[in-house]
Amino acid sequence: MMPRFYLPCDSLARAVGADEVATALLSQAQERNLPLDLQRTSARGLYWLEPLLEMDSPQGRIGFGPLTAADVPSLLDALQGDPSTHPLALGPVEQLPYLKTQQRLLFARAGITRPLSLEDYRAHGGFDGLTQAIALGGEQTATVVFDSGLRGRGGAAFPAGIKWRTVRGTQASQKYIVCNADEGDSGTFADRMLMEGDPFLLIEGMAIAGLTVGASYGYIYVRSEYPQAVATLREALDIARAAGYLGANVGGSGLAFDMEVRVGAGAYICGEETALLDSLEGKRGIVRAKPPIPALQGLFGLPTLVHNVLTLASVPLILAKGAQFYRDYGMGRSLGTMPFQLAGNVRHGGLVERAFGLTLKELVEDYGGGTASGRPLKAAQVGGPLGAWVPPEQFDTPLDYEAFAAIGAMLGHGGVVVADDSLDMARMARFALQFCAEESCGKCTPCRIGSTRGVEVIDRLLAAPEQRGREAQVIILKDLCDTLQYGSLCALGGMTSYPVASALKYFPADFGLQPSEADQ
Amino acid sequence: MPDEMLHLPMVISLLERHKGSPGALLPILHEIQERIGYIPDAAVPEIAHALNQSQAEVRGVISFYHDFRTAPPARHILRLCRAESCQSRGAEQLAAQLRERLQLDDHGSSADGNISLRPVYCLGACACSPALELDGQVHARLSAERLDALLDACQEDA
Repeated sequence: MMPRFYLPCDSLARAVGADEVATALLSQAQERNLPLDLQRTSARGLYWLEPLLEMDSPQGRIGFGPLTAADVPSLLDALQGDPSTHPLALGPVEQLPYLKTQQRLLFARAGITRPLSLEDYRAHGGFDGLTQAIALGGEQTATVVFDSGLRGRGGAAFPAGIKWRTVRGTQASQKYIVCNADEGDSGTFADRMLMEGDPFLLIEGMAIAGLTVGASYGYIYVRSEYPQAVATLREALDIARAAGYLGANVGGSGLAFDMEVRVGAGAYICGEETALLDSLEGKRGIVRAKPPIPALQGLFGLPTLVHNVLTLASVPLILAKGAQFYRDYGMGRSLGTMPFQLAGNVRHGGLVERAFGLTLKELVEDYGGGTASGRPLKAAQVGGPLGAWVPPEQFDTPLDYEAFAAIGAMLGHGGVVVADDSLDMARMARFALQFCAEESCGKCTPCRIGSTRGVEVIDRLLAAPEQRGREAQVIILKDLCDTLQYGSLCALGGMTSYPVASALKYFPADFGLQPSEADQ
Repeated sequence: MPDEMLHLPMVISLLERHKGSPGALLPILHEIQERIGYIPDAAVPEIAHALNQSQAEVRGVISFYHDFRTAPPARHILRLCRAESCQSRGAEQLAAQLRERLQLDDHGSSADGNISLRPVYCLGACACSPALELDGQVHARLSAERLDALLDACQEDA
């Protein structure tokens, strides 16, 4: 039998050389007269091992990585005898502790299926959720989503079921489903992986949402920095439409739902749901005051269900397996699983899907293997550029929305950026304010002006030669953080204070301060 | 720039195609930029007319979004990621290397029109930081040597 190989077509695998490995493998196998079959699949999310080539074997898929094109000759040699003797052989991939200990619900197909193969998707449970939703009808489907305890995965963690019921309860000539795929937070890549690797899952989730709340049209707003996600989704939409999963009669339900992909244009603020709606309407991405909430007056003033990619993609599984199955994962009010993303200065960067409740320490040390540089760990920024820098003393905090809120931090979209002791936290605090100034939509004063003033205050603080001068600037900086946090319209201004205040609180030395000075 | 007028028939035909779709301005601007490389000034009144908006509204949208250009781009566009994950893996040193070697600031363009630098905040490659995008292609796990090699390749076909 022709040996079958699998190599990801994920954009990050390609950015570290997967295409070169594929080309070398195919051409050299041909030269050697070795017939082989190479499938381009999604990525497992074990990015430090990419390019990760897998091969069918009696023990399941065995892996080799991280490969370069230069490793291909020795790999082909090893295949003639015992492949496990190759220096980059990893053994059965699903037995690797990093993967084996995960609880992959949302990313169950990651690394296994071909992104645009409807056949692969169906063979791995695809469209079971939609079938179940059609059988249950809208009222009961909304109840299942409510009972599952699913909360918005974009960062705000609002209960999804309440939004669904609100939109479902409205009367309007047109309602919309909007998927927020403007994943702009540094350290996050789960949305990208899902859109590039399992696009039908998002389409299925949106179709279920549309049928349930009575919306016949949807938009996926994808950031322009993700061109491969855009292309994959557009192709997947055509395939799904041709197969009857979109259009006038979705999955034989007799109900209509269709959708399109819209591309952002490099504005971070458009990840904020109301700015995103304005952008979809063809305007500048300016934040809207709430109320009215988008569920009542959203896109073009009509009722709109806005969710992050991961929220919508969780729905098919919840429908297929039931609310109780999903609730059995997690802790407290954080139910289900979360795809955490390990990034920055970490040895084993990648995607770790686990039930809420494991600690930050387990994530960074057990999965991440500590810093990539081998230098001492300094802090981790959890939840993107608006998240707090968490010092190692707090690494026993469980990854749970409420537990993180209790330490003045936030879980956000589940991204974790690890930093070693060489990263200067005063510079990172300054960067947070500078980023806010650059990306502010300009609607409210604390964010528009406070961000620029904040950069100046930090510059003065760092330049002040004497303790008294430093103390004065610390007081102003803290006051400014308060103004940003409580006086801004949206999370950009409101949460820029998190990285700034946490850097000041836990790393005063980086600002040239004694611990007592920072406590003013 | 009189030759901008040469683009107008294409602009008008794409406006015809898009103008009925709700919220069409961003898709229109993206398509114009994709085809011409930038958004020519001469296109603005046409867009405004087709969408029944003022020119100020159209210009306001063009200037709001980082992606839209109003002048022809350089032959190569290099976008180095400057967000937190890449900073934690040495992006600032790479930025300094770029400034030094090309004698340009972070938003600079070379006088010969060969290369433009743009900062970008996250390419979704954070598990293999640092990263950059060169002419639409992402390169991750960058090192100083890799960056030099990429720049050599750009300068060879200058």
